[in-house]
Amino acid sequence: MTQVTSQPTKITTIDARGPRFSAGITVILLATALATQSPWVLAIQAIVFAIGALRGPQFTPYAFIFRTLVRPRLKGAAPTEDVRPPQFAQSVGLLFTLIALAGSLSGISAIFIIATSFAFAAAFLNAAFDFCLGCEVYLLLLRLR
Amino acid sequence: MRKTTRVNSLTPIAIVLVLASAYGFWYKNSRGKIRKVEKPAEGAFNAEILGEDLGVRATLVQFSSAFCTPCRATKALLQNVVAEMPDVRHIDIDAEAHLDLVRKLDIRSTPTTLFLDSRGVEVGRAVGAPRRDQVLDALSALQ
Repeated sequence: MTQVTSQPTKITTIDARGPRFSAGITVILLATALATQSPWVLAIQAIVFAIGALRGPQFTPYAFIFRTLVRPRLKGAAPTEDVRPPQFAQSVGLLFTLIALAGSLSGISAIFIIATSFAFAAAFLNAAFDFCLGCEVYLLLLRLR
Repeated sequence: MRKTTRVNSLTPIAIVLVLASAYGFWYKNSRGKIRKVEKPAEGAFNAEILGEDLGVRATLVQFSSAFCTPCRATKALLQNVVAEMPDVRHIDIDAEAHLDLVRKLDIRSTPTTLFLDSRGVEVGRAVGAPRRDQVLDALSALQ
């Protein structure tokens, strides 16, 4: 993820393994938030999602861990991907964590649990199955228009 | 009392892991598979609908979107496959710019690739990125 290159079409590409590694840490954070029902743990994840959604997934603390500790240990050519699909996934994650935090603030724990569970499910699918949220969800959202 | 709370708080995690795993295995298994289409939603495609000429023997119509990592790989694969086949063409369509067509064909995710025969009729469809051998198999059945 250190080599953020600009292609002729001005599409930023990043190491495709970075977002998947970040999803792994996200799984742990969200599971902790669910197990402890702590809005503070979720708030940390919400901040990470916000950085990933607004600045880009290559700027999150998780991406920094990947770049400094994980990537130097990986062998083989780095598969690259367009930065927009993981950025979209971060935005969806941010949306669900904000809904969960709003539920927690208003004292409705069911909203906290359900919204956090959706974000947890998406992060788990991403980490374990290389699930592409943008592929599956974006077109359906457009079709609703 | 405390134990009850912990059990309750672990329940959502367990439910999500079971459901997401079931979906995940289905997802991995179904993505890229080329399914035969018996009753196509559209009679026959032509250059007017797709914006490009069809192949003489077959046409691969790929629907792509911006937030889709496998779309790039699929486009590269299909372009590479048709490069060696002058009678087969690959058309990449931005799904977002063709929502009417997307709704009519009931395309739900990207990449989705339609396999058209020489008449322009959809005979197969792959949801997700297909493998090279799957594409070659499907194309060899179209003469």
